[in-house]
Amino acid sequence: MDALEGVGERDPHAGAAHVHVEPSRGWIALKPGELWEYRELLYFLTLRDIKVRYKQTALGAAWAIIQPFFTMLVFSLFFGRLAGVPSDGVPYPIFAYVALLPWNYFAGSLGLSATSVVSSANLIKKVYFPRLVVPISGVLSGLLDFAIASVVLLMMMAYYGIRPTAATLLLPGFLLLALVTALGIGMWLSALNVEFRDVRHAVPFLTQFWMFATPVAYPSSLLSEPWRSLYGLNPMVGVVEGFRWALLGTTPPGTMLALSVLISVLIFVSGAYYFRRMEKTFADLV
Amino acid sequence: MGDTVVRVENLGKRYRIGERQAPYKTLREALHRATAKPWRVARSLWGRGDGEARQDEIWALRGVSFEVKRGEVVGIIGRNGAGKSTLLKILSRITEPTEGCADLYGRVGSFLEVGAGFHPELTGRENVFLNGAILGMKKAEIERKFDEIVAFAEIDRFIDTPVKHYSSGMHVRLAFAVAAHMEPEILMVDEVLAVGDLAFQKKCIGKMGDVARGGRTVLFVSHNMVATAGLCDWGIVLDGGHVACTGSISDAISYYTAQSSSPEEAAASIDDVDRNGFQLLHHLGRAQIECRTPIRFTFEIACPFAVRNATAGIILSDAFDNPVLGTSSKLQQVHGSAASKRWQVTCDLGNVPLNSGFYHVSVSFGDEYRDHARFERAISFVVLPGDPFGFGLKVPRRWGHFYWSADWGIAAVDEPRPSSSR
Repeated sequence: MDALEGVGERDPHAGAAHVHVEPSRGWIALKPGELWEYRELLYFLTLRDIKVRYKQTALGAAWAIIQPFFTMLVFSLFFGRLAGVPSDGVPYPIFAYVALLPWNYFAGSLGLSATSVVSSANLIKKVYFPRLVVPISGVLSGLLDFAIASVVLLMMMAYYGIRPTAATLLLPGFLLLALVTALGIGMWLSALNVEFRDVRHAVPFLTQFWMFATPVAYPSSLLSEPWRSLYGLNPMVGVVEGFRWALLGTTPPGTMLALSVLISVLIFVSGAYYFRRMEKTFADLV
Repeated sequence: MGDTVVRVENLGKRYRIGERQAPYKTLREALHRATAKPWRVARSLWGRGDGEARQDEIWALRGVSFEVKRGEVVGIIGRNGAGKSTLLKILSRITEPTEGCADLYGRVGSFLEVGAGFHPELTGRENVFLNGAILGMKKAEIERKFDEIVAFAEIDRFIDTPVKHYSSGMHVRLAFAVAAHMEPEILMVDEVLAVGDLAFQKKCIGKMGDVARGGRTVLFVSHNMVATAGLCDWGIVLDGGHVACTGSISDAISYYTAQSSSPEEAAASIDDVDRNGFQLLHHLGRAQIECRTPIRFTFEIACPFAVRNATAGIILSDAFDNPVLGTSSKLQQVHGSAASKRWQVTCDLGNVPLNSGFYHVSVSFGDEYRDHARFERAISFVVLPGDPFGFGLKVPRRWGHFYWSADWGIAAVDEPRPSSSR
């Protein structure tokens, strides 16, 4: 009778995944391959964030436009009109909007990914998956808002009669720079947030401070060389000036951009390693 | 068969009690410590602070070793805080062990909570995909099994409704349905059967039985001794983070029930001891008997009023609450004579050829006309696997509740010969 039940027909260890569990020591590998295996989870978590973001709101995805658009109006009135801040020879409203676009994406993504690990506590305590998925999905879901807000930019460019140049093709590169920076800081902060909930209070302050340290409302040309190039130590300077150059044809960022890329990569790599290192304590502390 | 798919060696997990009480520190506290002991804090920020011995530490698990072979269903039992959940969390890689190691060969599916990652604003359909991805299923795989999952959960009409409008029962059914269809080679389940109505619980147990019979390995943590006894091949009893006993599931359960002395712990054995003021006294709370042992129950009933011509009945059920046999003194026209507020009842079943397993008995008590009280699962006992026919052979439990001795006639029948022998 035992033979009637087809038990264990398969070859025991053929193609079986082997998992070895032991305490980790020293430097931890980043394991990008495993992250790739879980790309569908990343896709569904990002989709969830996008779907949930504007549920039960009256204006829905219009919020993606309202925020940068009204900030642009306020900036144009106070900085452009009243304070007379120079705008590198382009109309101030589009000068500000082109910078607000990547800045809003950066600030939103940073906020989401910095709190991502703590807000996914119920998942992290109950299921195994590469924890890096969580901050990554935090920076991906903002891309849709960015795309929606870009439509307004196209309309403004048509209104002011600004033609895109060949440099526009480099835009995805500048967007990637913003993403990598946001994710790099996000990995640092989300791992720190597990143990120090102060991060949650520090993030709004940090983004506000950072915005004034970034030429969103004013041009970086207010600084003279070499200070203007050194300004690139803030990676968002490279992003914002890159966007302006690619879309509005202002001064190319040059050395400033190189510095921004270098710092951004440094933050990203160190953030990834710090996150992986602290990851083992998440389930116990979060 | 016979090959090891889970090997656990000397596994240990240490927690700092302080971390449990105050789950996160503030930066101020860290800064204060930083000025006092800068180097140590720098190390702890870098995740290396666990080198020093501390007083406020506990070992949730220590020195745990065992091996599980392919297709085995293992029950992990123990009191609250014995380390069961910690063990499953380490094996499913949610948290890291402090020492020791474990190897798992095969795709691991762990099911430690119903509906981890369910989002109330998303519809049932969206949550199936999200939850499936969280449990490590591929999108194509979920699409293939989607209809099956919805059918199992019995919620087809509401699949496009946001989950926040679901009843808790529907929520649980959908969540279990997703997990039940993930087809891992090693399945780990924690306490999930405590939810849902009785019918759905049975369906879940049935599904897990299917998983086990499909040659897959199951590690099962539960307080529900009835389900554990019905499902598992063998068991591990954890006590204070150590392995207290490993052995056949009936040995493990009787070890555990003997170990747990407080009445709440034995709740699975004695459910209702007080019904309408009637009390069951001096009953056999739990017992363990050999195969072929005569079965006899003795108990006393205290009544709130004097009962005349008392009668009693019992129903003996298996681990899944399926009745095995029942009898009543009324049927046999037997009753106590006189009127009393206290009765002693003896029920001698004689030599019932019960197969090995976990059984419980419900007792009813009344007079000639009606039952006054019914004590569900008042008595439970384990029949150990024995050797009923004396040849050193055991009767498999899945052959039924009874072993039976038959008069066999087995004779060779001549085959009709081919007509070539002419």
